[in-house]
Amino acid sequence: MRALMEGSEAIAEAAIAAGCRFFAGYPMTPFTELLESFAKRLPEEDGACINAESEIEAIGMAWGAAATGARAATGSTGQGLSLMQESMSEITRAEIPIVVFNMARGQGDYFQATRGGGHGDYRHIVLAPIDVTEAVDLTQLAFHLADRWRHPVLVYGDYLLAHTAEAVSVSPATFDEALPEKDWAVDGSLGGSGRSRNLNPIGMQKGTKGIDPDSFWRRLQEKQDAIEAAEQRFEAEHVDGAELLVVAFGTMARFARYVVRELREEGVPVGYFRPVSLWPFPSRALAEAASGARRVACLEQNAGQMIDDVRLAVLGSAPVVSIGGISTDAAGFGIGPLLDPAVVRERIEAALAGREVDGVLGGAIA
Amino acid sequence: MKIDTSSPPERAARKTGDFASALQLTTDHDLCPGCGEPVALRALLDAVESLGLAQRAIGVVGIGCYTALTSLIDLDLVQALHGRAPSVATGAKRMRPDTLLFTLQGDGDMVNEGLQEVIHTAARGENLTCVLLNNGVFGETGGHMTATTVLGQRTKNSLEGRDASYHGHPILIGDLLARLGGTGYVARGSVHDAAGVARTRRYFERAFESQMRGEGFSFVEVLTMCPTGWFVPTREGPGYLDEVLGSVHVTGELKVDGRLVGA
Ligand SMILES: Cc1ncc(C[n+]2csc(CCOP(=O)(O)OP(=O)(O)O)c2C)c(N)n1
Ligand code: SF4
Ligand SMILES: [Mg+2]
Repeated sequence: MRALMEGSEAIAEAAIAAGCRFFAGYPMTPFTELLESFAKRLPEEDGACINAESEIEAIGMAWGAAATGARAATGSTGQGLSLMQESMSEITRAEIPIVVFNMARGQGDYFQATRGGGHGDYRHIVLAPIDVTEAVDLTQLAFHLADRWRHPVLVYGDYLLAHTAEAVSVSPATFDEALPEKDWAVDGSLGGSGRSRNLNPIGMQKGTKGIDPDSFWRRLQEKQDAIEAAEQRFEAEHVDGAELLVVAFGTMARFARYVVRELREEGVPVGYFRPVSLWPFPSRALAEAASGARRVACLEQNAGQMIDDVRLAVLGSAPVVSIGGISTDAAGFGIGPLLDPAVVRERIEAALAGREVDGVLGGAIA
Repeated sequence: MKIDTSSPPERAARKTGDFASALQLTTDHDLCPGCGEPVALRALLDAVESLGLAQRAIGVVGIGCYTALTSLIDLDLVQALHGRAPSVATGAKRMRPDTLLFTLQGDGDMVNEGLQEVIHTAARGENLTCVLLNNGVFGETGGHMTATTVLGQRTKNSLEGRDASYHGHPILIGDLLARLGGTGYVARGSVHDAAGVARTRRYFERAFESQMRGEGFSFVEVLTMCPTGWFVPTREGPGYLDEVLGSVHVTGELKVDGRLVGA
C-alpha cells in the first residue's frame, strides 16, 4: 500500500522489511530522523535501537549484532562517518555484513565513501539512491548484498532524501540469488568443540599461532575483485546522439535527469548517466555511454570528487569538466543554490557551449 | 633513579605454559614468562567450564598482549578494535540475550582508549561481563604508562615514576564502575599467588552467575603480572604486583547483588 513517507521513515521501514533488527546511532542533522524512525519502529518488531554514546560505539554495537548473524545497521552524517572509519576498515576485513547509512550534508563525502575512508587496504560497497522510491529498493538491496558478499554496504543519502516526503510502498523485496548460510556467525554453540570461531580482521585461526598474511589478503582481494565485476549499477538516458554527457549521482542526478529530459525535448543533444553504485563505480558502462560524446560534464555538489572516477572511466576519450560546486545554505547544509533546475540548466548549456563555470556556489546565485 | 629499558627480558619471550583448561586448544603461546595474563585467562575459562556455559559463551576481545591468546581459546570470539569491545559486546548480547557475553580487555584498552565505552555499557546496565586484565602498563607496546599506572610507578614514559602533578592520577576503574546504577556485580582479583588465582576464579563465577540471572552489568578486574613492561626480573613480578599495584587497586568484591560492599 502506498503511503506518504519522509525519506528517513521510508528507509527505516525498508530496512525492517529486509529483516534489520538492530540499529544504533547518535543524533546529527540530517541523519536524526532516521535514528528516530528506528527508535520508534524496532521495538515493535522485537528488535533493538540503541542511543549510542557516540558514532564510534554506534558502529561497534552494529558490528557485534551483525557478528551474531542478525541483520544490523548504523548510520550518521559525514562527520559521524569520519568517526566510524576505523571500524569500517576492520569490519570490511573481518567480513561483517552491516549496512551503514550516511545521510550526508551534501556530496562532499564521496571520497570518504568510495576510497575506503579508513586505514589499510579495502573498499566497501556504496549505493546512492536518487529519490525516496529508489532508497526503499536500495536499502533492501544493501542488506542483501551485505549478506551475499559478507561485506559492509554504505547507503549514501543526503538532506533532501532524508526530508522529502514521497508516496511509496514498502514491501519485502525478493532476490534471485540464494544467500549463503551464516555458519560463520558467533552464537556460542561451538565452545569446547575444537571448531569455535574467531571473527577477526587479520585472518587469525584457532589452534595456530600467528597468521598467514598472504592467503588472507589474497582471498579478500579476490572477493573485492569479484564484487567489482558483479555489482556495478547505473542508469543512463538519451545517450545516443548526445554531444554532452552529464554525469551525476544521488540528489544532483535528480536535477540533472530532469534538465536533460527538458533539453532533449527541445532538441538539445545532451545525455545523462548516473552511477547507482559509487563503489564499484560503473566504469565500463560509463566509458561506453561517453564514447560518442564530445564532452563529459560532472554535476556534483562538492569541489570535484566523483570527477576523478569519471576521468578514469572515460580515459581521455573526451574532455571531462566540472559543472557542480560546493553549494550550501547559511547553516552549512547541502541545500544551496545548485539545487535549482534553472541553475543546473544554465550550467549544462554552458558546458555544451564550452564555457567554464564557477565551482563554488554561495548565496550569490539565486 | 632511571630504569634501563634497553635490555630484553631474561629469557626469550616464548614458553610452553604449564597449565591447561578444558577450553584451551593448546598451551603453547608467545606471551612472556611470568606474565599474569595466561593465568587470568585460565581462571576465566575454568569458570565458564565449571558453570556449564561453554556452549553458550561469546567473548569479545580487545587489543593488547592477551589478543595473542585468542587462537588458543576454544570459545566463539569476536575480535574488536582497541578499546571498543564493550560496544561490540552490547550489540551481540542484545541479539543473543541467552548467551554468556564477556569482554577481555587490558587497562590501556579499557581505561585509556575506550573509557567511555565501559562506563556507558555499565550505566546502561547491559547484561554482560567486562573483564579487565590490569597490569598498569601498555604491555604490548613495551611498558608505557596507562590510566591505571599507580603514583610512583616507573614506566617507559614515566621514567622517574608517575608524578601526580605531571602525569595526573590513576583511575580506579572498578571503584568507579561499582558506583554506577547499572552494575550488579564488581570485583577485583589478582593472580600473583595461588590464593589470588582461586579467588579470581570465584569472582568470575559470581559475575557470570549474576549475568545469567539477568542482574545487569558485571565487572571483573584482575591484577596481572607484567615483568617485561615493569622492567623487573620475572620472579619479582608477583611481589611487585602485590606491593605496587595491589596497594592502590585493592582486591576484593566491591559490589554484590547490586549493593556496594561495606556500604
Ligand atoms: C587505536 C589504536 N591505538 C593504539 C594501538 C596500539 N596498541 C596496541 S596494544 C596497545 C596497548 C595495550 O595495552 P593494554 O590494553 O593494557 O594490554 P596489555 O598489552 O598490557 O595486555 C596499544 C596502545 C592500537 N592497536 N589501536
Ligand atoms: S609484555 Fe607484559 S603483558 Fe605482555 S606478554 Fe609480556 S609480561 Fe605479559
Ligand atoms: Mg596493560
